[in-house]
Amino acid sequence: MNFNRMLTMARKEVIQLRRDPRSLALGFLIPPLLILFFGYAITFDVENIELAVWDADQTQTSRRLVDAFVASGYFRVDRLTRYPAATNALQTGDALAILAIPRGFAGDLAAGRPAPLQLLVDGSDANTATIAIEYARGITSAFSRRATLNGREIRPAVVPASRVWYNPSLESRNMVVPGLVAVILSILAALLTALTIAREWERGTMEQLVSTPVTRLEIVTGKLLPYLAIGLFDVLLAVGIGTALFGVPFRGNLGLLVAMTFVFLLAALGFGMFLSAALKSQVLATQFAMVATYLPALLLSGFIYAIANMPRALQLATYLFPARYYVTITTAIFLKGVGIDVLWRQGLALVALAAAAIAATVAVFRKEVA
Amino acid sequence: MADRSAITDPVDSFTEPVIVASGLTRRFGDFIAVDDLSFTVQRGEIFGFLGPNGAGKTTAIRMLTGLLPPTHGTARVARHDVAGHPYAVRRVIGYMSQLFSLYGDLTVRENLDLFAGLYDVSGDRRRTRIQWALEQAGLEGREDQLTATQPLGLKQRLALGSAVLHGPAVLFLDEPTSGVDPVARRAFWDLIAELADAGTTVLVSTHYMEEAEYCHRLALMNRGRLIALDSPAALKASLEWPILEIRSDDSSRAAAILAGLEGVEDATMFGRSVHVVARDAAAAEQNIAAALEREGLTARDIRRVPPTLEDVFVSLVRRSGGVVAG
Repeated sequence: MNFNRMLTMARKEVIQLRRDPRSLALGFLIPPLLILFFGYAITFDVENIELAVWDADQTQTSRRLVDAFVASGYFRVDRLTRYPAATNALQTGDALAILAIPRGFAGDLAAGRPAPLQLLVDGSDANTATIAIEYARGITSAFSRRATLNGREIRPAVVPASRVWYNPSLESRNMVVPGLVAVILSILAALLTALTIAREWERGTMEQLVSTPVTRLEIVTGKLLPYLAIGLFDVLLAVGIGTALFGVPFRGNLGLLVAMTFVFLLAALGFGMFLSAALKSQVLATQFAMVATYLPALLLSGFIYAIANMPRALQLATYLFPARYYVTITTAIFLKGVGIDVLWRQGLALVALAAAAIAATVAVFRKEVA
Repeated sequence: MADRSAITDPVDSFTEPVIVASGLTRRFGDFIAVDDLSFTVQRGEIFGFLGPNGAGKTTAIRMLTGLLPPTHGTARVARHDVAGHPYAVRRVIGYMSQLFSLYGDLTVRENLDLFAGLYDVSGDRRRTRIQWALEQAGLEGREDQLTATQPLGLKQRLALGSAVLHGPAVLFLDEPTSGVDPVARRAFWDLIAELADAGTTVLVSTHYMEEAEYCHRLALMNRGRLIALDSPAALKASLEWPILEIRSDDSSRAAAILAGLEGVEDATMFGRSVHVVARDAAAAEQNIAAALEREGLTARDIRRVPPTLEDVFVSLVRRSGGVVAG
């Protein structure tokens, strides 16, 4: 491998990139836009749950309970006077849950009898329903703890002392932004390089290139270099946006993130280049790159759905996608601040994927011309 | 002017041929694109591949440059086995493919810089070679314009200049002047002649007859096979029967009538006249006039003309089974 020839290829690629508005936009404009857009749009926090309350008790105690729901900040309460209206609200979607307080609630409580409440929840969105039930349970148990029984405080027998690490406020944005960096970069990297080799075939320039002493490895690595630089720039920009705008903590080592990003980009860019060399068509390679990176990066990376919950076969498939490792890496470096002693497995996996992608590119390339 | 001192030729004054093709064959499935092609080319020779589309010229060049592996046979270029040492071959050859293949979105200078880099041309030599390429292409002063915006003729000369930046021993040109106007084509061939004079061996494919005349030797190809190989003059002399040129009112009807005539080997439209290959010129002249008159045509002028390369080409192609359809 001749270093000068590789740099010559890289320089040529940079000049072409500079004159191609489409690639420039894809490399420099789309990533920060997507981070901003998704950073604001994607949230797994459940807030402002529409709660319809039917208070048949109409006592000071029952009103205090409703106030506790309002004060929690998780619920938007709508007081209703008739029970059928409440169930109707569930059907129309005006309410996600109904809290029914039966007559005699305050009396039961004061007499030290169990005071039942009814919570009806729309379970069509299971996730939100579960969370809403949890919130309601927390509010009612706090309420019953504060309720006095014959002047004495009731103390539960077991009290778990929970502390949340890494993301103590449990804000989903802190997890979304680092993961997004990984997802967006996976898609973008493959799209950027999917064009490069196919374009040379389509324009007939490849024939001229391969008649010169430049080797396939020099072509592939020379073409990778500029995109590697763009990818690193995008990640640093994303770190800036994430910390400055979204207030996501960055607790790890920036150097480690850059090093990990480097191998991740080699794998992701290499995959796009493989498609480009194998399919020899810009349109085909772009479409393939889109399908083969977008869904896996979103669905199989552990970004949205926990890999541990997937069927075994799908779990095994996730090992093939660089996004899986990179999502772990970015979240871990951002939030946990861990080092190479924890992330070396992910690092090694990415090195292996990068080597495989580049080797495969050179291999299909050789088959087609030599 | 050619920078002759820069032309390096590893074969130098060896009398052994610079290009040796032996039994080169290429199949694509059932189709035989090139069939048992053998020839040699000497240093400084301009060697032409002449043949209709689909004759196998491009496939042959791609095998000689190492871009396509042959199904059978071997090629040696500048003493290197093409299949065994493709990179050694690439260092000593220049290649210009059929399509214009420089980067349109790069400026003239950026293209030259790119190929200088890929051919490992550096230092002072790089400067003088790039300057030479700019001059010969007539693109001085337009170095910083995008290549795509240049006229086709100049682009072709720039492509040629890029392909010989490293002073290759052998230059392969695959229909380099297709689509270029005659004046630009002439300038292009002057450049090729200059390179050959300086010792570069040139192998060029074409389907333009007047270009074929510039070649020292011509390999006539049809249906993947070599059907004749000689100098243009010798090829013309090899035609055993005389050529008659007939002028009439309707050349295409005349050609059709004369093709079946007794004593006529071949009749082809040739511009506004008809060329007839006659076994006996004197006897044929009588028959031709009579035959045309029977069909209501007048032969305004019948005379013997020296054969052109096209006559040779047409008659050899007919004899070797005609042109492949498509």
